[in-house]
Amino acid sequence: MMRLGLVFAGLLMAALPARAEPVTTFTLDNGMDVVVIEDHRAPVVVHMVWYRVGAADEPTGKSGIAHLFEHLMFKGTEKYSGEEFDQMIELNGGSDNAFTSLDYTGYFQRIAADRLELMMKLEADRMTGLILTEDQVVTERDVVLEERNERTDSDPGSLFGEQRNAAQYMNHPYAIPIIGWRHEIETLDLGDALSFYRTYYAPNNAILVVAGDVDPEEVRTLAETHYGPLEPSDLPPRIRPAEPPHLAERRLTFYDTRVAQPYVIRSYLAPERDPGNQSEAAALTYLADLLGGSGATSLMGERLQFDTQIAVYSTAFYRGMSVDDTTFGLLVVPSPGVTLPEAEAAMDDVIAEFLETGVDMEKFESLKMQLRASEIYARDSVQGLARRYGAALASGFSVEDVQSWPEVLQAVTPDDIMDAARNLFDKRRAVTGYLMKEEEPTQ
Amino acid sequence: MIRLLLGLLTALTLTAPARALDIKEITSPGGIDAWLVEAHDIPFTALEIRFKGGASLDPADKRGATNLMMGLLEEGAADRDARAFARDRDALAATYGFSASTDSLSVSARFLTENRDEAVELLRDALIAPRFDEDAIERVRQQVLASIRSDYKDPNTIAAQTFMTLAYGDHPYGSSMDGTEDSVATITRDDLIAAKAATMALDRVYVSAVGDITAEELGALLDRLLGDLPANGAPQAETATYLLSGGTTVTDFASPQSVAIFGHEGIARHDPDFFPAFVLSEVLGGGGYSSRLMEEVREKRGLTYGVYSYLAPRLLGALVMGQVASSNNRVAEAMDVIRAEWRRMAEEGLSEEELTAVKTYLTGAYPLRFDGNANIAGIMVGMQYQGLGTDYIDTRNDKVNAVTVEDIKRVAKRILLPDELHFVVVGQPEGLEVAN
Repeated sequence: MMRLGLVFAGLLMAALPARAEPVTTFTLDNGMDVVVIEDHRAPVVVHMVWYRVGAADEPTGKSGIAHLFEHLMFKGTEKYSGEEFDQMIELNGGSDNAFTSLDYTGYFQRIAADRLELMMKLEADRMTGLILTEDQVVTERDVVLEERNERTDSDPGSLFGEQRNAAQYMNHPYAIPIIGWRHEIETLDLGDALSFYRTYYAPNNAILVVAGDVDPEEVRTLAETHYGPLEPSDLPPRIRPAEPPHLAERRLTFYDTRVAQPYVIRSYLAPERDPGNQSEAAALTYLADLLGGSGATSLMGERLQFDTQIAVYSTAFYRGMSVDDTTFGLLVVPSPGVTLPEAEAAMDDVIAEFLETGVDMEKFESLKMQLRASEIYARDSVQGLARRYGAALASGFSVEDVQSWPEVLQAVTPDDIMDAARNLFDKRRAVTGYLMKEEEPTQ
Repeated sequence: MIRLLLGLLTALTLTAPARALDIKEITSPGGIDAWLVEAHDIPFTALEIRFKGGASLDPADKRGATNLMMGLLEEGAADRDARAFARDRDALAATYGFSASTDSLSVSARFLTENRDEAVELLRDALIAPRFDEDAIERVRQQVLASIRSDYKDPNTIAAQTFMTLAYGDHPYGSSMDGTEDSVATITRDDLIAAKAATMALDRVYVSAVGDITAEELGALLDRLLGDLPANGAPQAETATYLLSGGTTVTDFASPQSVAIFGHEGIARHDPDFFPAFVLSEVLGGGGYSSRLMEEVREKRGLTYGVYSYLAPRLLGALVMGQVASSNNRVAEAMDVIRAEWRRMAEEGLSEEELTAVKTYLTGAYPLRFDGNANIAGIMVGMQYQGLGTDYIDTRNDKVNAVTVEDIKRVAKRILLPDELHFVVVGQPEGLEVAN
């Protein structure tokens, strides 16, 4: 038996004409949450299973296990070998992949809508039925080390990002890169993988998102058949070490011979979207756009790229979807001949000017319009919508939080933005980094 | 293997899209052809415009002119300077994308039904009356130069560019369409005007639209949007001659990992053997399929995070290409495995079972592409650019299914040339025999 939850189809349509995707949610008896998003424009379905476990939930000293384990989920079960798993999907024209973030891990397939049941069969099977050998773990660990080589160690910008992040978080595991520190990846073994699997892979730690040309009632029946029999497990509480007060500004400089374009980047510790309370995060979303959204209309872009030619590029960024404290960032890539301290000073001038003069009303109205339109455009990608719900639910948010977010954004006032900005811009909570060219020694 | 067999049987029943796309071929009152799919469930339209030719039409001493020109279309047009243009675009919540490639220019637009006329009017200014203000030129030039300097330090770009230069020499395919620091520095406003006149003309334009718009509305829109473009552009560039032979070229780059780009001459899109070539290439190194290269290099040996190979049939010359990245002390082994797989496919082709499996994958995956207005608009403009008809969507899977084991064997021998494979390796590879 399933407890049928609220059916959200069209519930808020009158209040918010931008949203029309029909969404149905319910929870299986074993605790697995289910979200069904209907889009009947094409005979395609996206089937996703999200686990409420990410890199920030790893045991101390085992960084990278969440991501390595995501790779290992493709190695096969008693019923289907890894090769058969791939073949079953490919023989049906489907494609599949997976991803690991700080807060969640997800697996998904895109396939013809009438093949949904097969996907559920495969995904339910590997939720608890995975079989691993030491050899498989060792070979896949090599693949992950090559992935780290490719994505991080070959890219000074990524290495710099790891160092800045480690300085940003003094106690919280967001300090550790998702892929893991190399010296810790190198020691991960079969025991680590199995212990991680047994702890976190269970229906009561999972969210099923099915999006596309499907009937919610049919999805319910299929989910009950395939995921329903899986036993829930005792999950450890999701409590992570919190940040202590940040009392001292942090600054760092990273030199690398491979740097082509120096830049200055600063991140401030910032509040994330909280379940049931998303208004400060909504204000910060506007703030990022007002300061560093489009180059020709944001305050940083106008001051540094148009009124002066201090920068070739500038931007601001904020990602509110997070379990714990997130960051708000500013980046300036200086023009040739402009030093990083000069670029940083110009960036600080823009912040000071904004705090003094406040929100430009014309830009504010334009942003409101763009955020409303982005909800219309978002409906064109059912996979994007599926990710939105999956990421939110895996990060502890409710379906109501997801659905009210556009309204929360529309309700933001200029005063909210200024309050959020004044709370944010405290250098004691910031990390300022310079990425610089290391000149190669002359031989 | 009963499970697999069942999977196969059900898969074979998979056919073309359950709801076939209703593509309308329209001609505007002014004579501009376009493909349209009406989709009124979401109140916006995705519009794709493509011009054949692109950055290959740069004058030899002005490499980068077309790319810089495309970067400036949104930086001031008609009576608006760059900031006024951006302000009005943002207020309409329209998005415009302008990008150059070697063989074409792309304009992608997305606009709401509620302010469609204004959004089209603004886009028209960018396409018909860009200002190319001197301050905007300098600003965008600096951005392009920053990107060129970054490319000089990026192992993937260094490898790809080195390969293309060795393969095509002085032909435009042999150099980066971004230009060099030196060439970009010399581009003038007149060069940008000339680049636009050469590349953006009605004799080479393809259009598709998907969304909340009728055929009549689209016809009027296109006449307004594109009608004032010149009738003719510059003659297309000449065919590129492939200059490279088998071997290995190493470019020293301080990094823990080596990047290798490899390939040799390929097969044209219109070649009668293209479909067998496409099918076998998917098995060899396709991205969406458990390819032989991924199986041998990554799954079995853990030598890389990713290895791919693919057909690259460009307008003026075709390649078969591939890419791998592996630790400096393991890249030689990865390259040996790739060569061996290249040779095995060339000599043995595919078994009946392998061919059936990949056909089932390709034919099953095809209808899944037609998902979302923006996706469909992109696919449709690509089809027109390739010279395919709207009926191609219904016949494409038949062409895949018609490929036989004998076709594969013959074509594999023809298009996969293990002795011709040239590897460009960027990094500090160990134990590599370098021979050109």
